[in-house]
Amino acid sequence: MTAEKILTRNFERADSHTLTAYLETGGYTAWQKAQTLPPAAITEEVKQSNLRGLGGAGFPTGTKWSFIPKNHTGPVYLVINADEGEPGTFKDRYLLERDPHALIEGMLIAARAIRSATGFVYVRGEYVEPYRRFSTAVSEAYDAGYLGKGFDVVVHRGAGAYICGEETGLISSLEGKKGWPKLKPPFPAIKGAFGAPTIVNNVETICHVPHIITRGAGWFASLGTKTQGGTRMYSVSGRVRRPGVYEASVAITLRRLIDELADGVTGNGRLKAVVPGGASAAILRADEIDVTMDVDGLRNAGTMAGSAGVIVMDETVSIPEALMVVARFYAHESCGQCTPCRESTGWIYKMVRRIVEGRGRKDDLDTILDVARRGAGTTICAFYDGAVGPYISYIEKFRGEFEALIDGAGARVVATPASRAATAHA
Amino acid sequence: MSGRDRTDGATRASSRPPTDHAGLEVPAPTPAFSAEQLGEVRRLQGLYPDRRAALLPVLHLAQETFGYISLEVERYVAGLFDLTPAHVHEVVTFYTMFFRAPKGRHVVAVCHNLSCHLAGAPAIVAHLQGRLGIHVGETTADGRVTLQSVECLCACEHAPMMQVDDRYEFGLTPEKVDRILEGLR
Repeated sequence: MTAEKILTRNFERADSHTLTAYLETGGYTAWQKAQTLPPAAITEEVKQSNLRGLGGAGFPTGTKWSFIPKNHTGPVYLVINADEGEPGTFKDRYLLERDPHALIEGMLIAARAIRSATGFVYVRGEYVEPYRRFSTAVSEAYDAGYLGKGFDVVVHRGAGAYICGEETGLISSLEGKKGWPKLKPPFPAIKGAFGAPTIVNNVETICHVPHIITRGAGWFASLGTKTQGGTRMYSVSGRVRRPGVYEASVAITLRRLIDELADGVTGNGRLKAVVPGGASAAILRADEIDVTMDVDGLRNAGTMAGSAGVIVMDETVSIPEALMVVARFYAHESCGQCTPCRESTGWIYKMVRRIVEGRGRKDDLDTILDVARRGAGTTICAFYDGAVGPYISYIEKFRGEFEALIDGAGARVVATPASRAATAHA
Repeated sequence: MSGRDRTDGATRASSRPPTDHAGLEVPAPTPAFSAEQLGEVRRLQGLYPDRRAALLPVLHLAQETFGYISLEVERYVAGLFDLTPAHVHEVVTFYTMFFRAPKGRHVVAVCHNLSCHLAGAPAIVAHLQGRLGIHVGETTADGRVTLQSVECLCACEHAPMMQVDDRYEFGLTPEKVDRILEGLR
């Protein structure tokens, strides 16, 4: 199942980020071909390929592009979400650093499909080196005449806020505001950045586009499942022998990903649980990993493919402590706009923390589950729904561990030296 | 995120603005960009359909230039955009990378999210606190290092890891942390 390498094929080359290396490996030939195709034909090809968004939501990419109003005459923007921040995910960092021209070429093709003359690439503020690498590639692409002839690219740095990875939060941030998500509808394709129709796509999603144009939708679709084509880059971390980025079919099973690509579980060697799609994905038990990693496969398993950030935990890991770390993250990163999210993330973190620190109360678990369920679906964006996934699944699947801590309250104290600042507000 | 900036608290308390003999704040000199930097501000503003979109890039430039984003800097930047100081304040306080009080010459930010936690991030944070003699959120008395504990920096394959200024440092051990600290002047 180590399918052919597509996105990562040049990663071993030390100069893979340069225009020279990109051209030597067939770079920008897809763009030559795309220029001979009508925009609608490009969109149709991407639709047929079953490419789905790889940033988290898994929405069909070609369908998204087709939402741009046909009769629109003003500007249309293409925005690339390079605000990688989902805990456990690091694939886009590799693409920006090691194959930046693939993103530029994908953007050129996508821009032609949606008739956009300007693209913005929103890179998370902490990614200084990826930002420099990508900016250098953009300069090379201008000098070589790929950019600046009907399509311009602006590279934009964020300033530290997970919520800006949410597409409407990203747009707010790009516009020079705090990164508050916007109520939909209108969807960005109708009214997005600067009030204009806008397509927001993830880095990895767009890097697939040149290959779809060159080798055809049928080829791409055949690499995956009936409802999702292609390969994707899995970020594997936690208790595995070989953490790293692995490219494989979207149809690979979680078990093969862990055992074969990441070379198995470390710690005591026995798997306890896995987060399959970034922190916001519901956790899976060791007996639930014979699932395929495609969007629908993981949805049917009650979790999500998300950003394909796989975090592996062996039997020695305390699930309540893991939930405390994740809950701290949501409490810190809630943007504060919607009451259920702002209040619940803070309170749930406090409750999980007191359970872990041996001060848990008998009804804490049911209170957390109740608060989590009531808030789900009541907020402007998907952030809180993403928090609810771990809250509910960690507790429901490992309830005994939480109860043992509550029953033995006072017996166990866990030092959390890092949590001081993060709790100041809670 | 508003009001949740990790740089609050101890850092701010240890670095209040200078006061005169009556305890009144001495007005800080008005911050100003050089002519060359003002040219850069105009270039950045010209990149977007609405020039206000250049606010984040210009705030990054302001922080590099003035060290941190004081209320005076917020007012100055607001003037460059015809924005209200309140709008700029709202933006500055929303993002974790803008400092509202003087920071150390180096910023050490340890990731404390799940993958790094599983790989021993709490021990790395404890080691740094011990070596530097400060808590997370504080700056050493000599102004050399500000210590932070931050959410996922997306380099989980190299956990535990941290960011030192612009650099990512991977696969941390107490020994490696000591070597890195020695390199910070």
